[in-house]
Amino acid sequence: MAMHPFCSRRKFFHSGLGLIGAATLPRFAFGSDMPRRGGTLIVAADTEPRNLNPAIVASNGVFYVASKVLEPLAEASYQGEGLSPRLATSWVDSKDGLSIAFSLREGVTWHDGKPFTSADVAFSALEVWKKFQNLGREVFENLESVETPDAKTAIFHFSKPTPFQLIKNALPALTSVVPRHRYEGTDILANPANQKLIGTGPFRFAEYRPGEFYKLERNPNYWEKDRPYLDAIIYRILPDKGAIAAALEAGEIHLAAFSAVPLADLERISKAPGIFIKSQGYEGLTYQLTVEINHRRKELSDARVRRAISLAIDRKFVVDTIFLTYAQASTGPIPKLDKQFYVANKKMADFNPAEANALLDEAGYPRKANGIRFSVKLLPAPWFEETRQFGDYLRQALKVVGIEAGIVSYDPAGHQKAVYTDHNFDLAIGSPVYRNDPAISTTILYQSGIPAGVPFSNQYGYQNPAVDSIISKAAIAVDGDERIKPYQEFQWLVAEDQPIINVAEFSFVTVARIAVRNLANNPRWATSHWADTWLDK
Amino acid sequence: MKRLSGLLLRRFLSAIPVIFIVIVASYVLVELAPGDAVDTYLATSGGDSEFAANFRHLWGLDQGGASRFIAYLGRLVTLDLGQSLIFSRPVLDVILGRLPTTLLLMGTSVFVAFGLGTTLGLLAGSKPYSLRDRVFSFLGLVLYAVPGFWLGLILIIIFAVWLNVAPVGGFETIASDKEGLRRTLDIAWHLILPVLSLGLIYLGLYLRLMRSGMIDVWHLDFIRTARAKGLSQNRIAINHVARNALLPVITILGLQLGSMLGGSVVIESVFSIPGFGRLAYEAVIQRDFSLLIGVVLIGAVAVIIMNIITDIAYGWLDPRIGAQRKLEP
Repeated sequence: MAMHPFCSRRKFFHSGLGLIGAATLPRFAFGSDMPRRGGTLIVAADTEPRNLNPAIVASNGVFYVASKVLEPLAEASYQGEGLSPRLATSWVDSKDGLSIAFSLREGVTWHDGKPFTSADVAFSALEVWKKFQNLGREVFENLESVETPDAKTAIFHFSKPTPFQLIKNALPALTSVVPRHRYEGTDILANPANQKLIGTGPFRFAEYRPGEFYKLERNPNYWEKDRPYLDAIIYRILPDKGAIAAALEAGEIHLAAFSAVPLADLERISKAPGIFIKSQGYEGLTYQLTVEINHRRKELSDARVRRAISLAIDRKFVVDTIFLTYAQASTGPIPKLDKQFYVANKKMADFNPAEANALLDEAGYPRKANGIRFSVKLLPAPWFEETRQFGDYLRQALKVVGIEAGIVSYDPAGHQKAVYTDHNFDLAIGSPVYRNDPAISTTILYQSGIPAGVPFSNQYGYQNPAVDSIISKAAIAVDGDERIKPYQEFQWLVAEDQPIINVAEFSFVTVARIAVRNLANNPRWATSHWADTWLDK
Repeated sequence: MKRLSGLLLRRFLSAIPVIFIVIVASYVLVELAPGDAVDTYLATSGGDSEFAANFRHLWGLDQGGASRFIAYLGRLVTLDLGQSLIFSRPVLDVILGRLPTTLLLMGTSVFVAFGLGTTLGLLAGSKPYSLRDRVFSFLGLVLYAVPGFWLGLILIIIFAVWLNVAPVGGFETIASDKEGLRRTLDIAWHLILPVLSLGLIYLGLYLRLMRSGMIDVWHLDFIRTARAKGLSQNRIAINHVARNALLPVITILGLQLGSMLGGSVVIESVFSIPGFGRLAYEAVIQRDFSLLIGVVLIGAVAVIIMNIITDIAYGWLDPRIGAQRKLEP
């Protein structure tokens, strides 16, 4: 063998290998961005919904498990017009607002093998969403019929002009399709398929052990090629927040969504090895912290008194101390995040106790000898720690302006009845959800004429004909741009009157182990399909 | 034997009015609580009045309280405990599903507490006011005062998170489909921390009882006789003092075993074990009155049975009791 001084054959050979190695290095050495197939994702769940069917009960607790099994026509997205096609591939409206044509995806089968067709969509829309769904009853009220000229087309016909924008905004949450062959002719609410779900989604419903876990398994016949990546998802039922944090640290679960790890614990747990926190992925699930006001009480029916209550609240304190900065101060009924409709009414978020005191004096409620102007009953909603803490803060803030608030605590059933049915409150702390369009669950908080017993609606005795008329006008405005104007005017009217006080907009935080990839890649991630979620080694 | 069967018969007959009162009281209390099962449901889902009406009809809540109660009693006579709203399954299924878990968790905890507690109490009480006694008494007091959930979480942090030798919670490894001996060992491993938490809390009770019982017995005449006979200190302590001090401890053991089926909502929540404590709690919060009355009923029956067994055991353990008076309820 010839011995070359600078480059022996051996060295050359090795450097050659080195070059090849370097070219492939990104894939293997950093275990990086090539999704890996396989693995079981274990997540924390803290509720066991009685009815797991999102077509009937469109709520976060249900979606968290069910959205992997049952799919909507379209899901929310960060790109484009904010929608990504799932069971529907395209949607076109007739310009008069009386019909919308959906093209449906081909090659989709139900988990029991039957093919998915437009008949399933027609049945779901007319017999389930319109008749039974908590939110769909409002939005699909004017749905008259669904034409199905062929298996891949469903045309929705409305009896009155219905805004296309509203239906589009409602697609992710309100349009889960159920199998007609399982529900037709049965008692829909009592159907066992509401617990043992049958859908078209990336995962099949495998097992539910009450008190212990839900198990979903990969659907091998899913319409999207090579998806899902995961073999299975297990929802471990962990009712204690301390145990959830411990399970994450010990590596027994991979993910805790919906702020299952309390905000106060986030700083500590983010420093633990192998764990990261993500506050993105919840933009489509914005909650609003509100002070609900009972206008039947004489003092509270005066707009000056309500303005004074709003001025007494230091929203920055609430955001920094109660929400540990995981929230934003609110200036009105529509959150800042909704770029379509939001208008800023900065003065609604003012903090000025001196002005509040002056307004209360002017309204004719001077301080008595003990410094109190009048007393109120305050009912904080028990379902979030933050609503309860805000109740405590509000009591202190109102004391500064001379209003004495006595806190009355109920459990969820009692609170529901006291506020929304019996109207047995003066002030209450509420947490309504903003669902991407003011017409879905927001205007109902301001509209008059709603019967007692309807939760999260105007049970406050508030009646403003101007607001009612603008809401009705907006409800039938068909053109997308034309629709924005009445909702902007709605926000101005509400800013003047402040029938309920918007304090903050908050959402949730996910805590996960770093092995979980493709997390939070759409604005409703926790309640979406997870077909593209994967587990790194 | 005749006396025994007479006792049993009398006890069962007097149990019937007790059970009836329990049922009526539970029903009335749940009815009086503000809000019903649909209100809890609406708090999570929202919905309009039709939505609420639909579920009220599905769950039979649209009929009046009295007619519902009569219907419930009618079903109860045929041992049909009704349908659980929360689980959409028969109440009996739900209860029987959780029964073994609860019995295992609570029974083991009580026996661990009894065994360790009485032993430590015996050791403490055999040399009253000694260093050993003071240390054990202090330990007993501390364990008695510690809140159960705190102890549970501390044990989780130390053994499950830092040392990683125990699971964070749960009854068995999720969806593992283990069988037979492997499953038994898996369950046992999962129950170590919860049983330890509950056991340590109850331990304080038995320790203090045993110790104070022994201190009382030390002063009695027959102990002086035993010492005069020349028996060793240890023999006196175990054979004479401890045996007599055990009686009140057995009473408490019987009471605790009777209330076993109440579960422990705190430990079950911290360790995510599906037991009766959490079941009763959920039934109250969600106003599932069929489930709640079912749980309360089973618990009441268990208490009555345990009371009878304790009485019989008492008579067997202490020969004086049977000889001096008839066994009367």
